[in-house]
Amino acid sequence: MAQFDSLALKDHLRDEQVFGSRLIITTVFIVILILILVARLTYLQIINQQHYATLSENNRVSIKPIQPIRGLIYDRNGILLAENIPSFTLELVPEHIKNIPVLIKKLQNIISITPSHIKYFNKRLKRKRRFEGVALRYKLTEDEVARLSVKQFTLPGVEIKAELSRHYPLGKLTAHSIGYVSSISERELQKVDASNYSGTSQIGKIGIERKYEKILHGKIGLQKVETNASGRILRVLDRELPVPGKNIYLNIDIRLHSIAQEAFADHKGALVAIDPNNGNVLALTSFPSFDSNLFVNGIDTENYTRLKSSPHQPLFNRAIQGRYPPGSTIKPFIGLAGLELDIIKDNEKLTCPGYYMLKNDERRYRDWKKKGHKETDLHKAIVESCDVYFYDLALNLGIDKMSSYLTRFGFGAITGLDINGESSGLLPSREWKRRTRNLPWFPGETLITGIGQGFLLTTPLQLASATATLSLDGHRQRPQMIYAIQDPKIEILNERPPKLLTKVDVINPLNWKYVQQSMKAVVHSIYGTARSINRDLKYKMAGKTGTAQVHGIKQDEEYDEEKVKKILRDHALFIAYAPADAPKIAVALIVENGGHGGSVAAPIARKIIDDYLARDTDNDS
Amino acid sequence: MILDQEQSLTTSNAFIRKKLSYRLHIDIPLFVALLLLLTLGVFILYSATGHNMAIVNRQITHIVIALVLMLAIAQVRPQTIQFWAPWLFIIGIILLITVLIVGDVGKGAQRWLDLGFFRFQPSEILKLALPMMLAWYISELSLPPSGKRVITAIFMLAVPTLLVAKQPDLGTALLIASAGFFVLLLAGLSWKMIISVTIMIIASAPLIWGYVLHDYQRARILTLINPDNDPLGAGYHIIQSTIAIGSGSLYGKGWLNGTQSHLDFLPERSTDFIFAVFSEEFGFIGCILLLILYTYIIVRGLIIANQAQDTFSRLLAGSLTLTFFVYIFVNIGMVSGILPVVGVPLPLISYGGTSIVTLMVAFGILMSIQTHRRLIGS
Repeated sequence: MAQFDSLALKDHLRDEQVFGSRLIITTVFIVILILILVARLTYLQIINQQHYATLSENNRVSIKPIQPIRGLIYDRNGILLAENIPSFTLELVPEHIKNIPVLIKKLQNIISITPSHIKYFNKRLKRKRRFEGVALRYKLTEDEVARLSVKQFTLPGVEIKAELSRHYPLGKLTAHSIGYVSSISERELQKVDASNYSGTSQIGKIGIERKYEKILHGKIGLQKVETNASGRILRVLDRELPVPGKNIYLNIDIRLHSIAQEAFADHKGALVAIDPNNGNVLALTSFPSFDSNLFVNGIDTENYTRLKSSPHQPLFNRAIQGRYPPGSTIKPFIGLAGLELDIIKDNEKLTCPGYYMLKNDERRYRDWKKKGHKETDLHKAIVESCDVYFYDLALNLGIDKMSSYLTRFGFGAITGLDINGESSGLLPSREWKRRTRNLPWFPGETLITGIGQGFLLTTPLQLASATATLSLDGHRQRPQMIYAIQDPKIEILNERPPKLLTKVDVINPLNWKYVQQSMKAVVHSIYGTARSINRDLKYKMAGKTGTAQVHGIKQDEEYDEEKVKKILRDHALFIAYAPADAPKIAVALIVENGGHGGSVAAPIARKIIDDYLARDTDNDS
Repeated sequence: MILDQEQSLTTSNAFIRKKLSYRLHIDIPLFVALLLLLTLGVFILYSATGHNMAIVNRQITHIVIALVLMLAIAQVRPQTIQFWAPWLFIIGIILLITVLIVGDVGKGAQRWLDLGFFRFQPSEILKLALPMMLAWYISELSLPPSGKRVITAIFMLAVPTLLVAKQPDLGTALLIASAGFFVLLLAGLSWKMIISVTIMIIASAPLIWGYVLHDYQRARILTLINPDNDPLGAGYHIIQSTIAIGSGSLYGKGWLNGTQSHLDFLPERSTDFIFAVFSEEFGFIGCILLLILYTYIIVRGLIIANQAQDTFSRLLAGSLTLTFFVYIFVNIGMVSGILPVVGVPLPLISYGGTSIVTLMVAFGILMSIQTHRRLIGS
């Protein structure tokens, strides 16, 4: 009814009249506006066409980007790790070439051009416009440049472009920390300010180069140039200089990298060294490494396949991404948890018969020492690395308390290092196992977690950071690669302050001393598992060895190192810090399939710490 | 063939048998013109992107989706559209507020709402919802609307316009405001009112300049007055696009042969500045033909508006058609250097899925209005 009323109220004829008259008026407006557009087009395209045609065809004003110079990267002692060197690129401008394949054949008589060069050239060709230069070969030698220059006048459309290219003088030593730059992909171009990158062909892909891309890149410069119809620059009209990228100083001491590389020799593995006082990362290495220079101007297929398919995985950054069982290196942390949570008193003793058995379980959990350690307290259990003691301790603690205590040292989470791609390792718990595997937690799994086996996985970086924390009574610093940023124009170092993390608090501070003394004895006592490295040691070192099982051993079988193939051999680990009473360096390292931590991993740590402390005292005097 | 037969059956009989196309709810003249324009757009895009088939293929996908949506909307009766108008408007406003709070920031402006499987701009909904809402509201009573109604309507218009301008997306805000304004204009808003509002806007210009506009928007207006003022920055686009248009001359340089518009620093050449590419390659004659095609579509839209059978349909059809014209005028005006640079695409030709979909849905509404008429003897 209501609707009918409102309909009745409406005067349809009047509605149509109002609308009709307005429609006529708007139509008139539209006609006028279209005529304005036509007039404007007539003005541009008919009346002034000569003017614009001249501007366009004879003297095109174009704006050419000027690439900013990328910031340099130094180590803590000012040793250059990433620089820019002149590099010559051979470019073809399709607009001026009648037949590209014929021209490439001609060029092949002068310099070497492989089918893979041609393949990538054709890929790039599709993305560029006809008057833009397309790179055919990078890194021409001076000899090649000379030979090309002589013939260049017979080769229209061939250009040799000189530009600065990234170079890593110590590429193999820095590949996993500094990373590298490489050609920008279209996806990356969408993430950055594209106009700022219009003169840049490379972008940081991993490591420091990626993390600090913004700081290193700088701001693009522009020059307004007049060009003729063929694109040749006639004169520069205006110039806005680029702002060069800032230099970066790292905390890394590259000499430690070089010593580590020598010490690892052919072994796979990783080493991380941290200054506990401020979290400065002194060394971050992964072996085997690769030459990062290969990636700079686009890696060729053969090299890439070789690196990618190598069973040794050189591209894999073991230091931050490698997830390893920590083995016995976890024991000092578990021991501390036992003391703190009052599960053990420091002088409480346990008899180790060489194996451990759970109630109602036939299975024997072995100790590494078949005869057992006899009477053992926590001190002895750390020094001699008694497994049975820690089986018992772990069982009394329970998996959840153990897990939550380890969390406080940063296990199971990324450390926040200023390099992307860190793994968080794995800190198992009842809840985790139910969530991911839908299985209950078994007591046996608690036992082996107590000796750093089973589900528990840590990265070398996490171990180094936790060791640093332990060495300074719970003082925690976020690991940091960058030391300072330097504006190349004013040379002043702008230091990046370290970041303090939540301190690991204890109820009884003496518990720190207890564990630290035990770790000192690992190196210095005659029973210590790392005693082999204490000869002629000029300072006191604290450490802990670890051996992580890769290969499961059956109940009635015995582990014979010689018999097991190398890839199944145990991983050797070692964590250490020194000087023991006033730590300046904490180290964690793993040698994959290296065997025993004491004999293989510990000597490498000593070489690193020897060198670092020796030079440190040099500097002080 | 079929058409001819149908045509012969169509007589001036009071009870006209519906043509096949009308039973499918397609307005053939409009449909053919749109297809022509879309096809032309794909060819221009191919040139503008430097032969990038990936982008062209994506655009074709946009077009197919938009065509399907248009045909689907055309099946809906205008009465149904009228019924849903207020709801769509309310949803649109809620989404606009949401996007201001949680929206994705793209190119420095908050416009996108991410639904996981796809992202869209709620402001696009308002381009249709606002004229629908106002047409619904005003057609309740006889024309012209009373003063009270006009004030309420202006409030309805201001809310989405300001919300979109705040994102900030001046181009879309302008299109939404015009769509709403056209409803009022066609409904017979008194000239006194129009003139006084215009004076108010001019009087508040200094305020808008000082407080509402962003720095880049001010730069664009200054640039229009003197493009050579800042040839490296904001003025560069206009200098380059006028050179491109001018150098096209009478006949143009030919398809794919444009040089000027392919220079490095015309970054929007496949979207907002695509008209520069077109006019360089097809010249004055091409531009006139394009304008004729556009004009034909507008005329067809106005005819549909004029033939519509109720006030709601008339106002909506008229407003949508006039808004389509605003796209054309603002875009060509800005690319040829007589209007400041605001982000308005060249309709149905510029690259981009959202604008094509919104426009085609609008044409779907026009087709619905045209083909659902009840032919009652007069």
